[in-house]
Amino acid sequence: MFRTRKWTLAVAVLAMAAAVAGTGCKKGNVNAFPTSGSVSGWEKTSDTRVFAAKDLWQYIDGDAEQYISAGVVSTSTSDYKYQGQLEAVVDVYTMGNAAGARKILETGQTSDAKAIQLGDAGVAYAQSVTFRKGPYLVRIVAYESTPGAAQALQALAHGVEAKL
Amino acid sequence: MKSRREFLQAAATGAVLLGSQSKLGLARVVGQHGETGKSKVVIARDPALHGQSAQPDEQRVLNLLDRAMASYTGREKPIEAWKHIVPQGQVIGLKVNGLGGKGISTHKALILAICERLQQAGVKPGNIVVWDRNPRDLAACGLMVNTDPSKVRCFGSDVSGFEEQPVAWGSVNVNLSKILTRECGMVINLPILKDHDQAGLTFSMKNMYGVVKRPDQLHHGGCNPGVADLNRIPVVREKVRFTIGDAMSSVYQGGPGFRPEHLWYPNALIVGEDRVAVDHTAWQMLERKRAEVGLPTLAAAGRPTSYIATAADAAHGLGVNDPQRIHLLEV
Repeated sequence: MFRTRKWTLAVAVLAMAAAVAGTGCKKGNVNAFPTSGSVSGWEKTSDTRVFAAKDLWQYIDGDAEQYISAGVVSTSTSDYKYQGQLEAVVDVYTMGNAAGARKILETGQTSDAKAIQLGDAGVAYAQSVTFRKGPYLVRIVAYESTPGAAQALQALAHGVEAKL
Repeated sequence: MKSRREFLQAAATGAVLLGSQSKLGLARVVGQHGETGKSKVVIARDPALHGQSAQPDEQRVLNLLDRAMASYTGREKPIEAWKHIVPQGQVIGLKVNGLGGKGISTHKALILAICERLQQAGVKPGNIVVWDRNPRDLAACGLMVNTDPSKVRCFGSDVSGFEEQPVAWGSVNVNLSKILTRECGMVINLPILKDHDQAGLTFSMKNMYGVVKRPDQLHHGGCNPGVADLNRIPVVREKVRFTIGDAMSSVYQGGPGFRPEHLWYPNALIVGEDRVAVDHTAWQMLERKRAEVGLPTLAAAGRPTSYIATAADAAHGLGVNDPQRIHLLEV
């Protein structure tokens, strides 16, 4: 009887630990960044940098407040290059919940935004793709406008979305 | 004979050592409360600056700079114009802005053009310091760190460090970059025109957030009175004496980060000593663009540029924001 209780307790503790770890993984620094070549034509050209909410100003001072007010937990970023020429940056904002990601996505959209099927919702412009999936808000921006850039960005966005 | 490109690359690395020391003892104030009693601001434009490229043409940028400086100083020859601006024997800082990343940072072509003219005006390469917060910001401007004093130097406040003793004025209490306090005798401010999520506009005065250790602590209240108070700190007010504002490209919405969907090409430089008048002029330019694309004014969008009026008030006295007291010259 006593032995059974101990096992039950151990299983419960393990289950709780797994649940906490699972939550932590969802809100933590998930590796959403495709490796070089895993999305055709795209090369990952920098290490991934991670900023906790309190340090986000070091990355986007002046922009940070809107993410903090929407409940950002952490931000990861990495540079990419398409076919050795088109440079882009991928930012993955891990928000406290899906509502925070939705708030950011819906802020600042203009009438020329094109809705795309990506994650829970997404929009694309000629040089950028932004989408949300659960608590994640992803923004991919190219530094130049080139023929085919929009298509290439969306391919990379699908690569990121698949890893979330 | 070096080609222009070779010259620029050499200037950037400091390989070009030109001329002797400036013969002028002090730079003279030429546009602030001059003949007209008004603050002079020059907007120089070149509609063909970018052509089909995202980057401006280097030669056109140099020509635009020369035209802006000639108009501002009244001196036709670029070297004479620059000698009129920069003091002799001092380290001249060029405070750039790379915060927004590669897509919306002070253009390298402008920085190199200024380095070229400074050297031609007699400033030693090692007496030119191009600086911002850190290597990332400088890289966003297309620059690499160099601390070799025989060349044009380029490094961030992460290298120099910040003053341990904070300095206060009004609402701000900040640790200033040692590049400003110890390295430079004069700073030429090279901001880039952007919409700003908190302040409405970021340009000349707001660029000083890049000279303090914790700029994130100055954003409350739409950066008002933070921007004005920071610029009122004596060492900021006295050393940062001239603005060559980069309005060659800009973001009119969604700033201060790079938002290519809101990118626009004013193809202009905005030049002046009166930082308030410069910001007022840039603000009007930004508002006109927003109106053109159907966006509300910055005030209606909930982020008025209140700090500009604060900077002009009697307590701050940093310049003028009354259009009647601004001598705006568009060339």
